[in-house]
Amino acid sequence: MPRLLPYLLLLPATAFLCLFFLFPFVQVAHDSVMRNGAYTLENFTRMAGHWKFSTAFWNTMLLAAVVVPIQLAMALTMASIVTKLQRGRSTILYIFAIPLGISDLAAGLVWLAIFEQSGFLNSLLVGLGVIDQPILLLGYQNTWIIFIAIVLAEVWRATAIMMVILVAGMGLIPKEYREAADVFGASRWQKFRRVTLPMLRPSLQTALILRVILAFEVFAVVVALGGTQLPVLMSETYHWQFAMQERGVAAAFAMVILGVSVAFTILILRLLHVPKGARV
Amino acid sequence: MKMLRHLRMTAVAVTVSMLTGPVLAEPLFWSTQAKPIEESQKMRDAVMAGFPGGVDYQPSDEGPWLTRMQAELQAGSGTIAVLGGLHGDLSSLGGDLVDLSGIDATAVGPAMMELGSLGSGEQKYIPWMQATYLMVANRKALEFVPEGADINALSYDQLIDWARATAEATGGPKFGFPAGPQGLKHRFFQGFLLPAYTRSTVTEFRSDAAVVAWEKFRELWQYTNPAATNYSFMQEQLVTEEVWIAFDHVARIADAFNQRPDDFVAFPAPAGPEGRAFMPVIAGIAVPRTAPDMEQSMALVQYMLQPETQIATLRATNFFPVIATELPDDMPASVQAAGPAIAAMTGAADALPALLPMGLGDKGGQFNQVYTDTFERIILAGQDIREVLDDQAEVLRALMVEANAPCWAPDVASEGPCPVN
Amino acid sequence: MSAPSVRRAGDRVFVAGVALLILWVLLPIWLLFVNALSAPAEVTAFPKRFIPSFDLASLSFFFGFSGVLDALWNSVRVAAVTMILSIGVGAPAGYALSRFDFPGKEAFRFLVVMTRAFPLPLLALPLAVMFIRTGLDDTILGLALVHTTLALPFAVLITYSLFSGIPLELEEAAWTLGCNRVQAFIKVILPLAAPGIAASAVFAFVISWNEVFAAAVLTVENRTLTAFLLQSLDVSPLPLKFAGGAALVLPALFFIFAVRKYLFAMWGIANR
Repeated sequence: MPRLLPYLLLLPATAFLCLFFLFPFVQVAHDSVMRNGAYTLENFTRMAGHWKFSTAFWNTMLLAAVVVPIQLAMALTMASIVTKLQRGRSTILYIFAIPLGISDLAAGLVWLAIFEQSGFLNSLLVGLGVIDQPILLLGYQNTWIIFIAIVLAEVWRATAIMMVILVAGMGLIPKEYREAADVFGASRWQKFRRVTLPMLRPSLQTALILRVILAFEVFAVVVALGGTQLPVLMSETYHWQFAMQERGVAAAFAMVILGVSVAFTILILRLLHVPKGARV
Repeated sequence: MKMLRHLRMTAVAVTVSMLTGPVLAEPLFWSTQAKPIEESQKMRDAVMAGFPGGVDYQPSDEGPWLTRMQAELQAGSGTIAVLGGLHGDLSSLGGDLVDLSGIDATAVGPAMMELGSLGSGEQKYIPWMQATYLMVANRKALEFVPEGADINALSYDQLIDWARATAEATGGPKFGFPAGPQGLKHRFFQGFLLPAYTRSTVTEFRSDAAVVAWEKFRELWQYTNPAATNYSFMQEQLVTEEVWIAFDHVARIADAFNQRPDDFVAFPAPAGPEGRAFMPVIAGIAVPRTAPDMEQSMALVQYMLQPETQIATLRATNFFPVIATELPDDMPASVQAAGPAIAAMTGAADALPALLPMGLGDKGGQFNQVYTDTFERIILAGQDIREVLDDQAEVLRALMVEANAPCWAPDVASEGPCPVN
Repeated sequence: MSAPSVRRAGDRVFVAGVALLILWVLLPIWLLFVNALSAPAEVTAFPKRFIPSFDLASLSFFFGFSGVLDALWNSVRVAAVTMILSIGVGAPAGYALSRFDFPGKEAFRFLVVMTRAFPLPLLALPLAVMFIRTGLDDTILGLALVHTTLALPFAVLITYSLFSGIPLELEEAAWTLGCNRVQAFIKVILPLAAPGIAASAVFAFVISWNEVFAAAVLTVENRTLTAFLLQSLDVSPLPLKFAGGAALVLPALFFIFAVRKYLFAMWGIANR
């Protein structure tokens, strides 16, 4: 019986995923290698040969590479703050977790209202007398400003995802370890690095993997702030599927997103390997 | 034991209630139009209320609209009774739409009915409502109109001068253009800019006259607000006054007139050497072959063509009727402003109507992409005009051959696929 | 510097840091509500005010919009079912991953993660066809099943990371004291893993609540709030966009408020 137990426990989840993910996924993956009824890699060559492909690809990568480390640092900081606090802990946790409830469309809307020419940032600067006329931040010539605006919006919106996971994990680190470190004269930073972080590994792994995967699918905020100026993999997928009506090429884009996610998941699993016996 | 039985029965009842869908009495009108929240409210309350039994009007984004319809077609059964969409939306579903020749649509003009055939011999969709694109200006900009120019009969050169004067006087570019992700910029190039200089949309795509057209637009772009790549609805920027002169779809400038009717004026699109080119937008209604109740669907289509329904639709969506009918006096400000401007444009001596693409099937999106890419490469990326036009002409040529679509107005009719000279 | 003043300076930095973070998080939310609660003319004016004028025109239009309450109820039901299903299916899987070593373990973990890595709008078409054919189309349960698939990776991986942090010795101690496996799980592990369950519930609710595409395709009569409204808001005048955005975010905020306490472990029990 004990032999079968893990499989029994996994059965509902596996059935779920097979039925509602694998089954449609196989059909879409099939679409990506079919064209006019014949098996071919033409969808992939068409996708890769398109002039927007490498821009979209590198935009997505760059955005993830900038946003995720910032969010990791911020999430760790916020989680530490929350676990350290005695009073008002629930309230502060709640405040930090508020962006979770906002859809990415609404987040894009709010940050656009901040950065646009008639927006809040300009209103503030004009009100303080720093500038006379509102400055144009999101113009197509200044792609790097649009990029920074998107980074800010994404950091604001999605840090809470990692934070909640880390808070849940931090709670289980026994106090005695930190107290022992205190006895040995460890500084705050040393305690964090040598006690908290290693014990947080499973949660860190989970938080990073989930966040990175979602980062490769970034879409609504980029479109809201960048318009047509910053193509990303997801916006191109949408475009080819619905505007251009080329399901095969859209499927090819989706496979690229999947491939990149798989690669990075493997990387994170290797780097943050949770050794078997090393449980608390 | 009894409790267990009760629990079980409750569980069954709950499961059943979760599984059953509701009974459909009202036909489902699955549309991409009248999406803005106030418009769909008016569609439901004012327009659909007159249909016996009521109508379930559900507007959607293009993605879900298309996906749902395709799913029903693949599954072979569905709940969608009537489809509402733009000409481009319906073209991709051509083969799966029921022939509507049986409907009495004599009040609709033959040219529009021709569009509704989608290049096949059958009546695939019936024109439902029409609109076009206009220019709008803040009254504050009127003082900078060049000497001797009449805004109801501008040329592109005069428009450029006007935009420059306004930019210089106000210290920043004040012309607005919907170059954003949901903006309808491709229709501007297909139906306004290019035909005004080349008298064609497809055949003269890479002619020298086309080069001139793009050079003129490049000039105009210098005075266009660079945030235009975010703009999808010019009414927003007109009201915040980020933009003082704009070009956009009549339904997307309506809010500016309705909020501040005295501050704005609408006028026709400018004219080029070949004429005052403009493109009408047609929305149509169609019935998919998976409709649950064909009779009900046909009745609904007929209902949408009644004069009262058409006028109520105008009030709700700012799309004009497709049948000839007297408009009452109490129309909203946006209609009162747009009506005369549209009449001036379509009735001008040098009016040059450019029709929506016909016969492209599901390649319509890729056709539009050719013009969008041309715009992005020439104007945004600053590439050489001649090179870009030659490149894109190749793509266009291949597309026309693949779609096997003959030319449409203003291009001269062709035998076989429309050539790109 | 003496030790107490170093500590005080450190505390001040700490407090300042917390205050800054709170400001950072709350400011955009504040601005959202400023715009939602201002008159339409103010929303499009420049310069913008930072204080709402408490004009309820946009919000009242929004709530008076026929069908909003039904859609709201549908969203609540879908989110509730999603939560129950994702935890009910995900927690056992997370437990199995953390406690056992068996062939197929890595493959399963991979499958779970990859579910989230594929764009849903492409999967929507085959799913819709399947649902129409099996009668799950346009039902609360049907949409909840799709949302559960989206939330499952979170539920599985978060419960996995939490179960991993609970020492096996605690369970073994319970076994030696006479509990069978199930009792040990319920009495010992579950309370400790409550933060993981709570976090999974939060994610399941929020994911389901904010999901648009599948809801727009898979529900027709039983539309959820996002399918009903979010598509319309995208193209509506600016003041209504904000009113709608604010209204859509409120229920999620209430839910997170309700479960915030459970995100913390029960101190004292985790200590040996």
